[in-house]
Amino acid sequence: MKDGKINVHYVTRVEGHGNIVVDLKGGAIKELRWEIPEAPRFFEAMVRGRSYADAPHITSRICGICSIGHTVASLQGIEAALGVQPSEQTVLLRKLILHAETVQSHTLHVFYLAAPDFLGVNSVIPLATTHKEELLRAVRLHRLANEWSDLIGGRTTHPINMVVNGWTRLPTPDELRALRQRLTEAIPDLEAWVEIFKTLDIPDFERETEYLALQRDDEYAFYNGVIASTDGGTTPVPRYREKIKEFVVPYSTAKHAKAARESFMVGALARFNNNYEQLSPLARWAAEEMGLKPVCYNPFMNNVAQLVEVAHCLEDGVRIINELLAMGIKEEDRSVEIKGGTGVGATEVPRGLLIHEYTVDDSGTIAGANFTIPTNMNHNNIERDLKALVPTVVDKSQEEITLTLEMLVRAYDPCISCSTHLLNVEFV
Amino acid sequence: MAPTLPDLLRRPHMKREMEKRRMTKPRIAIFDFGCCEGCQLQIVNLEEELLDLVGLVDVVSWREAMTGHSDEYDIAFVEGSITREAEMERLKGIRQNAKVLVALGACAHIGGINCLKNFFEMDEVLKYVYGKEAKHFDTIPARPLSAVVPVDYAVPGCPIDRKEFLEVVKALLLGKKPPIPNYPVCVECKMKGNICVFEKGMTCLGPVTRAGCGAICPTYGNKCEGCRGLVDDPNLDSYKEVLQEHGLTVEQMLNSFRMFDGYMEVAK
Repeated sequence: MKDGKINVHYVTRVEGHGNIVVDLKGGAIKELRWEIPEAPRFFEAMVRGRSYADAPHITSRICGICSIGHTVASLQGIEAALGVQPSEQTVLLRKLILHAETVQSHTLHVFYLAAPDFLGVNSVIPLATTHKEELLRAVRLHRLANEWSDLIGGRTTHPINMVVNGWTRLPTPDELRALRQRLTEAIPDLEAWVEIFKTLDIPDFERETEYLALQRDDEYAFYNGVIASTDGGTTPVPRYREKIKEFVVPYSTAKHAKAARESFMVGALARFNNNYEQLSPLARWAAEEMGLKPVCYNPFMNNVAQLVEVAHCLEDGVRIINELLAMGIKEEDRSVEIKGGTGVGATEVPRGLLIHEYTVDDSGTIAGANFTIPTNMNHNNIERDLKALVPTVVDKSQEEITLTLEMLVRAYDPCISCSTHLLNVEFV
Repeated sequence: MAPTLPDLLRRPHMKREMEKRRMTKPRIAIFDFGCCEGCQLQIVNLEEELLDLVGLVDVVSWREAMTGHSDEYDIAFVEGSITREAEMERLKGIRQNAKVLVALGACAHIGGINCLKNFFEMDEVLKYVYGKEAKHFDTIPARPLSAVVPVDYAVPGCPIDRKEFLEVVKALLLGKKPPIPNYPVCVECKMKGNICVFEKGMTCLGPVTRAGCGAICPTYGNKCEGCRGLVDDPNLDSYKEVLQEHGLTVEQMLNSFRMFDGYMEVAK
């Protein structure tokens, strides 16, 4: 299709609303836009005037899929503002529940939302008849991740017991031992899906870009660290505004972002590209089997990087449980001394780097907030990828081009509800 | 042991019952407005039970989970609150197409967390988030679905409870009224044997909030935040006494209440 228009009004099987608009003339792109018509929700404005203690429970509602990640980033930001240092036990449990969310979100995306494309169907539902055994393995992994969140956080979505400087309910050692057993037993399900992904035809498309992710000396970073770039250099989290420039483009509601280059990517592939060496042995095996090596510039491989991270989280979850059991689970003092200030929290959530910044006054009331959301950071990169991808598929039918473009968007696993921005869009 | 809901859904009994009532497979659509889509995620999280459920119904529209769409549906589940002028028309269209409209979760049911915005001027909120680009955006005070169209039923909560959603679907398939409790969370909390949240010095909304969640927040050591909305006739006098007894003020209670139920306060 050298001439004509593609207008995907709401890309399906993504979280939230996004449109792809393309206008081709003589095989060249006359116009291409990745539009975000999602209703804006103004969380940064809404938290003002609320108690510091409410922030994690309010901001968890930014996103149903990464509610745990928002809770953790919020707790970190508030604690940084108040000058609170949470205990080792508190931090280990936060890391453990972040892994649960990463497995939940990645399995949801890879198996339920993206896999139908690779297997040639319109949703996960037909797979119940054509790929029953594989689907049951996927369901088992997804269910495990949810029950893992239920156990640590009280519920799968919008955790209950995660509060500033601690937990209102701690898991018992027996519960942790039972969870450890289940994590170990889940490994064959993961291995089976690695075998399936080895055989799938993943589009061969590359566009060099910058990848940003948190980095730590001691482990593959999900909780805190410094902001690392595949273009080199690191930035301390409190100085994130110096590295990440957010800007509004006239036709899109979502804020766009850039760093060293014109655009960058965050998420599983960005973490993999920055921190490959720190992955667990099982995760490195999975990467090798599926042919993923750093630095990989193919955004479609983000699906593969997610599966690699599932392997990492299962194995690292066992390590964290062992550490917690060795320390012994104990009730701790959660009291907080209220002292006003500004603080920044940073967490790697399934879709990438998430930053929550708060200013709290001396009465413990939130005076201001700024949230930097992974999908917002990716919009600019998605659009530039689409522009680079179109010329490589322009000889195909309109239907095939559309599917390829949708698959690219889906590979990013965009979480548009999180983006919380809108503009009235005129369609071409 | 009594059969669980998923068991019931799986049994030939349900199919026979539906045939007896000469019901064709109902066509179901799922939509969302301003929300986190966490309630739809709870439907996905039914896992195998979802696969059983889709055998009893035809899902004709569900953007988050499938490609394809139809305007021919019997039951519409709608998540999210209305936060823009244009959304009102879209919701009215859904109401016209659907025989039964079910509000899914706190945002759709009572306005939910989005209504925290309503305590500010919209212009100020726009400027705070978008700065000088604010002129590109529009927003109105957030409101529940029922502020725009008649709503037949609601699955309360933030997020919805998966089991309760199944209960509601089962009742709708059989043409019955969904069984949503009309007693406060306190009842379930007592049955769980939890220490009263007021004894821990927190402002709990359990005495006036609709049960059905199994008092999950107090059970996990926190307070009830009122995400399921008020019971039909809350005993406010006795609630005020409880607050007084624990040295808490009505202002503190209202402040807690605003987290999910602010729409009611502003609408008054």
